[in-house]
Amino acid sequence: MIFRGKSWKFGADVDTDAIIPARYLNTSDPIELAKHCMEDADPAFPSKMNHGDLIVAGKNFGCGSSREHAPIAIKAAGISCVIAKSFARIFFRNAINIGLPILECPEAAEEIREGDLVEVMAEKGVIQNLTTGKTYQAAPFPEFMQEIMNAGGLINHVRNKIAK
Amino acid sequence: MKCMGMTITEKILAKHAGLDRVEPGELINCKLDVVLANDVTAPVAIKEFAKLEIDRVFDKDRVVLVPDHFTPNKDIKSAEQCKEMRDFAHQFEITNYFEVGRMGIEHCLLPESGLVLPGDAIIGADSHTCTYGALGAFATGVGSTDMAAGMANGECWFKVPESIKFEYNGKPNKWVGGKDLILHTIGDVGVDGALYQAMEFTGEAIRELPMDGRFTMANMAIEAGGKNGIIAPDQTTIDYVEARAKRPYQVLASDDDAKYARVIEYDLSKIEPVVAFPHLPENTRPVSEAGSVEIDQVVIGSCTNGRIDDLRIAAKILDGHQVHRNVRVIVLPGTQKIYLQAMKEGLVEIFVQAGAVVSTPTCGPCLGGHMGILAKGERALATTNRNFVGRMGHPGSEVYLSGPAVAAASAILGRIGLPEEVGK
Repeated sequence: MIFRGKSWKFGADVDTDAIIPARYLNTSDPIELAKHCMEDADPAFPSKMNHGDLIVAGKNFGCGSSREHAPIAIKAAGISCVIAKSFARIFFRNAINIGLPILECPEAAEEIREGDLVEVMAEKGVIQNLTTGKTYQAAPFPEFMQEIMNAGGLINHVRNKIAK
Repeated sequence: MKCMGMTITEKILAKHAGLDRVEPGELINCKLDVVLANDVTAPVAIKEFAKLEIDRVFDKDRVVLVPDHFTPNKDIKSAEQCKEMRDFAHQFEITNYFEVGRMGIEHCLLPESGLVLPGDAIIGADSHTCTYGALGAFATGVGSTDMAAGMANGECWFKVPESIKFEYNGKPNKWVGGKDLILHTIGDVGVDGALYQAMEFTGEAIRELPMDGRFTMANMAIEAGGKNGIIAPDQTTIDYVEARAKRPYQVLASDDDAKYARVIEYDLSKIEPVVAFPHLPENTRPVSEAGSVEIDQVVIGSCTNGRIDDLRIAAKILDGHQVHRNVRVIVLPGTQKIYLQAMKEGLVEIFVQAGAVVSTPTCGPCLGGHMGILAKGERALATTNRNFVGRMGHPGSEVYLSGPAVAAASAILGRIGLPEEVGK
């Protein structure tokens, strides 16, 4: 899959309370959650971002609460991909399980600036900054995780296993 | 050639994967002893579970569902989420569904009920599931989809984590408890200092630490990015578990030649009561260097510090004092049993006499749900686990973290301070 969009930059240790504050967790409706995506990090974010845009962040993105509502809100808001220096582990699992493309690439996360147009080839982990012309290679996913992603998320993967 | 020894985390994972040994970095599939969710995470899991179109969970005795986050139902939407979980529990005949009146904060309730035991492999759709590591179990937080898959087949995949050994030696200074040790540790290694790794807590001071303090430490492993926190069982653990276990359990320990990514030693004579400043748990300072920070609210409770020892410490300090006129104090016993024990010991009376409110068990204010939300510009000192932006209410409010002794003393002072300042 190839994604192309404008990048929105966030700092280090963006926690899941900032991605989707708990005051909105009395619903699990993706459309409702999307309206408040990243609200406590940048209140204007849901209104200024466009479908297909990317989030580019620092280390430990998605730390804190295990709430799957966080990657759900990001995906439902229309963010195509999250690039970060590193991800908190529960967020990492959740993103793979629900099919939100994420890439770990410290160099790209450092150098891409807000507003840069970025193209991502998710399977290959290739990130291209179309604004500056620079290309980056993200760490590839282990085969096991690739299988989950190819199945369209964990639930489909488990369903296939049960069917066998 | 003799194989290198294994850590307790590696041993538990190997056993549950049906392997003789595992190495850090290895991807394995483990059988699970317990799968947990709450009223916020279960609805998403139930939706995913339904897609599997199966008519049973892997084991109705091993799935645990606890309505604790927005309960007693704070609004109509929360009531709907709780109802969804309750209906699911009835439909799938879940043995361990705990209704309001019998529930508690999940990470206080499960150990107390003997549902989680040494040697277990446990996942929970709540990041503080790592609490059960205090019993010598492998327990880790996951999202709702992992939980749904776990409910279906009783399995979960893991990457075997490297372990960091934290060794605490020496005698604790006065009023220093498990919360101070773990905050000090997070302040030292940072909020991603143990990312993807197991945090193994050892040393003389851990052996001396009562179970409630150990739960507090394992609970906050996630606040350093850890996959799990773990303390090898000793006599203290066995005494706690024997009174509660309804099934066999397994006491394991790390080998002397187990391999660690790092070994970090702490000398307790150098650790004072600690407070974490906004907006990350790593922003720690000794309370003695906090300066004059005035507070509007104090919260004593949560899965971190809502156990009987915590309430005893807070009551000891509040006894005979009045809460400062500018401060609201909310005390939340972790479970109904803890609530009852606090009543029997006269702790509830001390709290009410001092001018604090005592709530039914709920996660409520810790995550800005209900029962003590902060207005813009307000400041709370809480014995909870997170002080992120907006965590307890308005994004323009602030949360400071401490143990129960400092929280109770600060409630009297109206600012962050030490028990010694109120004559304790």
